[in-house]
Amino acid sequence: MSRRVMLVEDEPNITEAIRFLLIRDGWEVETHADGTDAVEVISSAKPDLVILDVMLPGKSGMEILSDLRARDDLQGLPVLMLTARGQSRDRDMAEKAGVSRFMTKPFSNSEVLTAVRDLHAQATQT
Amino acid sequence: MARDTLTGSRIRERRMIAGLRQADLARQVGISASYLNLIEHNRRRIGGKLLVDIAAELGVELSMLTEGAEAALIATLREAAADAGAVAAEVDRAEEFAGRFPGWAEVLAQEHRRAGALERTVETLSDRLTHDPHLAASLHEVLSTAAAIRSTASILAETGELEPEWRDRFHRNINQDAERLAESSKALVTYLDESDSSEERRGVPLEEAEAFIAAQGHHFPDLETGGRVGDQSLRGLSSSAAQTIAREMLNIYVADARAMPLAEFQAAVERHGIDPLTLSREFHVDMPAVFRRLASLPQGVLPQDVGLVICDASGSILFRKSIPGFALPRYGESCPLWPLFTALNRPLVPIRRRVSQLGRTAGEFDCLAVSWPQEMPGFDRDPVYRSIMLILPVPSAQTGAEDAQPVGSSCRVCPRDACGARREPSILSQGF
Repeated sequence: MSRRVMLVEDEPNITEAIRFLLIRDGWEVETHADGTDAVEVISSAKPDLVILDVMLPGKSGMEILSDLRARDDLQGLPVLMLTARGQSRDRDMAEKAGVSRFMTKPFSNSEVLTAVRDLHAQATQT
Repeated sequence: MARDTLTGSRIRERRMIAGLRQADLARQVGISASYLNLIEHNRRRIGGKLLVDIAAELGVELSMLTEGAEAALIATLREAAADAGAVAAEVDRAEEFAGRFPGWAEVLAQEHRRAGALERTVETLSDRLTHDPHLAASLHEVLSTAAAIRSTASILAETGELEPEWRDRFHRNINQDAERLAESSKALVTYLDESDSSEERRGVPLEEAEAFIAAQGHHFPDLETGGRVGDQSLRGLSSSAAQTIAREMLNIYVADARAMPLAEFQAAVERHGIDPLTLSREFHVDMPAVFRRLASLPQGVLPQDVGLVICDASGSILFRKSIPGFALPRYGESCPLWPLFTALNRPLVPIRRRVSQLGRTAGEFDCLAVSWPQEMPGFDRDPVYRSIMLILPVPSAQTGAEDAQPVGSSCRVCPRDACGARREPSILSQGF
């Protein structure tokens, strides 16, 4: 059974690197670079997990996360949030909005892989 | 310690500044050196003709000896003690300290003010990432590029057998990102350098503008004679925000000078005294304009210095011209009992209150205040008011003639426990 990740990130080279990593790890990866319609794209793709950048064109990752949590079909979806802003207030905001894991750039590949595997494992256990 | 008990310390300090020996000053004023020694150590009270003679010999105003260090200095020392936290300073001896060691007291007060300014700089910087969109975007760019490089480099370094197509792609990506990182880092450094040089980060443009006006003695001869506010005169101000504020202040000054030309205004003051109502009628201007004009006259026109404070409807102080004996806190909130704030509750109604500010000098002041709409009122729009207060010292011969309302400078350094307007506990005890 394939495991599917939706990567919402507007930085193409980060997207490419993470995509490569996850494909190598056996994941099916879809990417999207715009915040405006991200919720609809996620909703129709129905991934097992979302990796979401905070600063996106059109709509911020925080808003997208809030919208996801407001929907019955997506409120349990694991979301790993990536941000260049590691301030505690951003972390607090993300946690209040319902983030599953918060990661600060620049992250290591192993951190991303570990987080994705953990989140998926937790989601499938529940 | 009562105010006049430190007169001797001030005489001693002034004598030493003047380079006079105790014996010489004693001889000049017709007393023995040992008696002057007792006076200087505050063991003998002094007043009347002898004090006048000593002031004349020392070449200082009498008030320099009787009032000594300003209330503001004492208030700053008390604030410094409060901010020291665990260190138990002898707060009850702040006045004595300032009287005996005025130079050291001023150093301490200056350092305290400097520490306050630095703390606010830190706050400004901490807050900057949140409120400065350019800085936030620049840092995001740098960190995102670093993340891409780190991730790509790890793949190249750690993935054993990488297909040539992927390897070439990642090499290309890493090269692009390295160039981007160099550019964005350079842009970020340039931005921070420019911010440093323009001192935008200090975050105190209002105070900088106020200091600029004060440095000119609140009087601008060039603007009295039809001169215009040019950029040249404002170049000494380090931030564009301070320049904008100062320019607005000076534009108001120009308008006031035009409406109340100096010679005519001076003549009117000589005829009527400091009577804002009459002056306002004579020059067909509103009362705030008269207050501002009175506070911007050159030295010597008025028989005494006057103070001025302006605030907006939130109570934030927009302008301060300080006056000895009436402490105007530099930071934080002021005493809500000031007529300045009372006037906000009664727009356009002039208010006069005699007040005494508790503290070292315990002088009395006539405070004249009025609030006025900041801009032309409009339909379906609430007016926004500002308030202005002229502070006139009551001559010592007239003090006690009428009830003076006690006011403070700010709650932290005000000893009146039983005050309904208190916001926070005082660091002082009643009666101090």
